[in-house]
Amino acid sequence: MDENVHERTKQDPNYQELVRRRSSLGWTLSLIMLVIYFGFILMVAYAPKFLGTPLGTGVTTIGIPIGLFVIVSAFALTGIYVSKANAQYDRLIRRIVEGYRP
Amino acid sequence: MRKLSCVLVSAFLATPTLALAAGTVDGGAKQAVNWNAIGMFIAFVALTLGITYWAAKRTASAADFYSAGGGITGFQNGLAIAGDYMSAASFLGISGLVYTSGYDGLIYSVGWLVGWPIVTFLIAEQLRNLGKFTFADVTSFRLGQTEIRILAACGSLVTVAFYLIAQMVGAGKLIQLLFGLDYWIAVILVGGLMMIYVTFGGMKATTWVQIIKAVLLLLGATFMAGAVLYSFGFSPEALFAKAVEVHPKKIAIMEPGSLISNPLSAISLGLALMFGTAGLPHILMRFFTVKDAKAARKSVFYATGFIGYFYILTFIIGFGAIVLVSTDMAFLDLSIFEKTKSGIAAIKGGSNMAAIHLADAVGGNMFLGFISAVAFATILAVVSGLALAGASAISHDIYAMVIKGGKANEHDEIRVSKTATLFLGVLAIILGIIFENQNVAFMVGLAFAIAASCNFPVLVMSIFWRGLTTRGALIGGFLGLITAIVGVILSPAVWEVTLGNPKGSAPVALDNPALFSMALAFVGIWLGSILDRSMRAKVDRSGFDAQYVRSQTGIGAASATAH
Repeated sequence: MDENVHERTKQDPNYQELVRRRSSLGWTLSLIMLVIYFGFILMVAYAPKFLGTPLGTGVTTIGIPIGLFVIVSAFALTGIYVSKANAQYDRLIRRIVEGYRP
Repeated sequence: MRKLSCVLVSAFLATPTLALAAGTVDGGAKQAVNWNAIGMFIAFVALTLGITYWAAKRTASAADFYSAGGGITGFQNGLAIAGDYMSAASFLGISGLVYTSGYDGLIYSVGWLVGWPIVTFLIAEQLRNLGKFTFADVTSFRLGQTEIRILAACGSLVTVAFYLIAQMVGAGKLIQLLFGLDYWIAVILVGGLMMIYVTFGGMKATTWVQIIKAVLLLLGATFMAGAVLYSFGFSPEALFAKAVEVHPKKIAIMEPGSLISNPLSAISLGLALMFGTAGLPHILMRFFTVKDAKAARKSVFYATGFIGYFYILTFIIGFGAIVLVSTDMAFLDLSIFEKTKSGIAAIKGGSNMAAIHLADAVGGNMFLGFISAVAFATILAVVSGLALAGASAISHDIYAMVIKGGKANEHDEIRVSKTATLFLGVLAIILGIIFENQNVAFMVGLAFAIAASCNFPVLVMSIFWRGLTTRGALIGGFLGLITAIVGVILSPAVWEVTLGNPKGSAPVALDNPALFSMALAFVGIWLGSILDRSMRAKVDRSGFDAQYVRSQTGIGAASATAH
């Protein structure tokens, strides 16, 4: 890439918006995933008996829905990122790229 | 020197022990030849060889060979990534872990999954925008080509080697059990087929083999879990209640058990699983097979869905096996049962056979053959992906970029890659046979620890941190690589179990070193970079802006298609 292209791109408001949005969403979602996962691991390590609390009168424990929640949240968070990216980032990227076409 | 040879000798004399975690597949006695399974497996091999023939005719350029010409869609790539990840170890190992200890299996499933969102948020698109064939394309984008390529190739090859050995040994054991073939025949068969797929069909064949296997495995697992739930009127509570009743550990299978005893160890393993995923070379390579960043992002979304769904299935399958396998004398070893009075301990072939016996219990002999063939296909597909990643590190990073300074002839580069594949295949067969009676469960953990401590820190810092310099990356990367290896050798799993030292003598209490090896890698990268006042460092830092613009927008990104 020649020097000019990235210097000009950096000034492009569309680019600045893209970077701002993508980094804040990406890092926020990463942080949420880390908190959920390490929250679960710390519970396994320090409060295994809590995860063994029965739900109602049956044998199913609270640990089962919590474990499933971590699995489903991984998928859901990925879904949030992808839908935001599909809706917003691609449009911004197209505008940035079109900025160089005469 | 004498001490070292003692260690080596004891490593080879150590007796095999049961795998502690869902790392590899341990075997038992050889079974009678299962013709159903062999028939279905032959059908699978015939189909995949057909695909390889088709792919070979369409594989001419380096882009075809390394990245399937960029012609894989997001959905297809999602399946292929899921296929790479749903190895025989995770299918048989996790269901076996649920079978023996219930809830603990879920802890592993969760750990293996949560790396994917991080890959989506921070790496997938940037990787596609910056790289061409290997992840070293990304880490060396603005840094010193020679040094960084060598670092990345070391990280890749060590990761691939350990993962490959674990898979080969698992394959040999499993095939011995499933098909009644001799161990060495099984290992040669897997190695030979792998070499054919990769050398003739390159990434195109490897990807399609992976997709077909992923679909078969998902269908088979869905049927099994569905059949288990069906017999309990689709009530998980009824399934759990019956499992608690028949399992010797009773209600303890519904809560975390002894698997994770030390909290620091749990966190360290969690780090290795989470960030190791984002540093596995055969997975990272898959992002170059799609058209653009958008497809890369979508493919991880599909992959996360498939993998999460699959792990929920393995959990149900494990519980189903507790109920349907451990109570049925046909699946138990009578001599062990008489001694232990426990159907769980007496399962024929060991706990890793839980899912296989369950297939027999819910679907009869034909379905048993199907699941056995799928398990074999799984190993075959995973080792092919690994071999391709290893071969690419040798041919693209070392030969084309370091030795030839980026001016290699495309035909020569492909030739080197094919030769490297043959070399890796032969090496994998030899090591697979040497390690037959070793406990190799720690090797997958080691592969993840190295990926998390060497490949991942350098990759993520090169994408996001302006201050990173070549020297910093080298110091941190090699520091992570070496401490990960040393940490694993000194851990209880290797020091006590594999090397046979007395219990409690391991110098490091953590089973996985990621906690300190990752920290050291990041500190090394940071310190090495901020203290770097060389000319090279100026060049490294000034290249960041151009790289960042491209990583965000894809302007100037390799199209990966051959023209």
